[in-house]
Amino acid sequence: MEPTEILFWIISGIAIFSALMVLLSKNPVYSVLWLIVVFFCITNHYILLNAQFLAIVNMIVYAGAIMVLFLFVIMLMNLNTISEPRRTLWVRLAGVVSGGLLLTVIISTVRSAVDMNDKKALMSTGDIGLIQNLGKVLFTSYAIPFEISSILFLSAMVGAVVIGKKE
Amino acid sequence: MTLLTIDWMFLLQKLILIAVIITVSLVIAMYATYAERKIAAIMQDRRGPNRAGPFGILQPLADGLKLFFKEEIIPNSSSKFLFILGPSLAMLTAMMTCAVIPWGNKLEFGETSISLQIADINIGMLYVFAIVSLGVYGIMIGGWSSNNKFSLLAALRGASQVISYELAMGLSLIALLMMTGNLSLRSIVDQQMAVGSLWNIAYQPLGFLIFFICALAECNRAPFDLPEAENELNMGYHQEYSSMKLGFFLFAEYINMFISSAIMATLFFGGYDIPFLDEKTLSPNLAAILGLGAFMTKIFIFIFIFMWIRWTLPRFRYDQLMDLGWKKLIPLALANMLVTGAVILWQMKG
Amino acid sequence: MQALTNRSASVDRKPMTFIERLYLWNVIKGMMITFSHIFKKKATINYPEQTRPFSPVFRGLHVLNRDEEGKERCTACGLCAVACPAEAITMEAAEREPGEEHLYREEKYAAKYEINMLRCIFCGLCEEACPKDAIYLSETFAPSNYTRKGFIYGKEELLIPNPKSEASKLAEARGNTSN
Repeated sequence: MEPTEILFWIISGIAIFSALMVLLSKNPVYSVLWLIVVFFCITNHYILLNAQFLAIVNMIVYAGAIMVLFLFVIMLMNLNTISEPRRTLWVRLAGVVSGGLLLTVIISTVRSAVDMNDKKALMSTGDIGLIQNLGKVLFTSYAIPFEISSILFLSAMVGAVVIGKKE
Repeated sequence: MTLLTIDWMFLLQKLILIAVIITVSLVIAMYATYAERKIAAIMQDRRGPNRAGPFGILQPLADGLKLFFKEEIIPNSSSKFLFILGPSLAMLTAMMTCAVIPWGNKLEFGETSISLQIADINIGMLYVFAIVSLGVYGIMIGGWSSNNKFSLLAALRGASQVISYELAMGLSLIALLMMTGNLSLRSIVDQQMAVGSLWNIAYQPLGFLIFFICALAECNRAPFDLPEAENELNMGYHQEYSSMKLGFFLFAEYINMFISSAIMATLFFGGYDIPFLDEKTLSPNLAAILGLGAFMTKIFIFIFIFMWIRWTLPRFRYDQLMDLGWKKLIPLALANMLVTGAVILWQMKG
Repeated sequence: MQALTNRSASVDRKPMTFIERLYLWNVIKGMMITFSHIFKKKATINYPEQTRPFSPVFRGLHVLNRDEEGKERCTACGLCAVACPAEAITMEAAEREPGEEHLYREEKYAAKYEINMLRCIFCGLCEEACPKDAIYLSETFAPSNYTRKGFIYGKEELLIPNPKSEASKLAEARGNTSN
């Protein structure tokens, strides 16, 4: 086995374990912290794919910004197990059924996808995720979607300012 | 020496480099506490610590020993794991940034040449930025897990300060990036070292000013030390901490200061470049060592300025802090970015 | 309103100019002030090794005097206790027995003489009130102590060493207090 492959399996194991812990931990703050661990593992996967830019951006945006806001909200809401509403058996059953259905759908699509069969992930090769290539792609072939999405962000910012000004 | 396609000698060399750099930055952070007290004393016409050893130079050791021997208190109602994780994370994120800083040029031992940088990744600056944004977690987890409302409030205060100033910091860096066209810290230094080129401060004075102010805020240094305003805001997020865990929080601040000085020296002041000297005329090893010395001198000057500011300026009020960050620095950084872009375009046309 | 002195400065309430609102210039000015203090003379001294000179009229810890033959001067008249505004002095008188003439100068002496240094304000009125030149304020101050009791000075702390039998100790004490 290649060292990158060993690393891949270790990181994947940690990722799946911590994703499970996100669901299983009783305290929402712990859930958020486990989610940060998941993001770290994904960042590591990006690095294994030699997509350094994506890795770092994933870390800055998700682990560094969004999760901090999540933590903020959860810490201020002071959620704990006592204030958690008790769910009835029917709700739980419905949750299990719908979750199971989703899982089946995902597995079946993945299995039936032809272009994913018998293919290994690129490891430590490939240069799609490097900052130069990514920038070139974004500003040439995908220039219009990129600009449209930035207008979306701009409108969100303007909206935030408008809400902030209103008093 | 290859096993599992890994070059173990290379790994060993890097491990030694990591150990050396971490030790050096710990020692410098230790003596930064001494320097802080001494500079405070000198600026206030006092003498400062002078009992432990000649001129008190053993004072940091005495302080560390004191912290180790203090009682370790973990509040009953706190979540123990997170309570310990908080200061550890603060320390870890403070140390992690050293990885991409180019401390000097290559040293040559016969055949092998050792680069005085742990990792020259092509996204070095973004890496620094990512680690800085992770620094919030130490504060937040520490504050929350103390299960004390004052700690929590201080943690939120600190976290929102760090997040707010990260924006202006990033924007001020973008202007620099547009000029250098490169994210790797070593190539940024190489560009500034080239004969006939000026340091980046000459092209980006406003960018540097914004970056410096943001660095003060990111390191929780005065005049932006609201997260731990000792004397008026009830101590801050490490209120429940004692012993070496408190020491870790305080220590992380000094390491952050050291690292951000190093980054400022790298980005704006030519890194290990010796002014008015062409390094190519010297032998590579001598140039590397002299360069390291020059880099350290720049860092120490920055650390001195950090302390100088601390013992001069009073603390900002919280609304003033937010006002400065969001309403002054971010528009200023945006304008700086715009002007830089325009100038670059104009130069490319002409 | 007419100003009583010419020392008061009127407050300038003009709106700040742009340069002032930038705050940066004022920051630099302030930093120059702190920087200039690096080269100023230090206001403090290395205390236990160096001490500041006391003025000759310094009012420090009390001593109970003896005369040239080593007899205690105090006669427990209580004038010092009466004069004391802080009521720090208490004493108990006793009669001199035959055979104790070499110890006490007068027929009456202080068997117990206590000054509470926590109460004492070091005004020196006891020194002025004393008709026998028995109590003096020296040029040292009370050292710190762990308990309140430790600040109540009895006769053994207050009395100066006997000039006859403990001449060397007295000289030493003099040497310590006079520098």
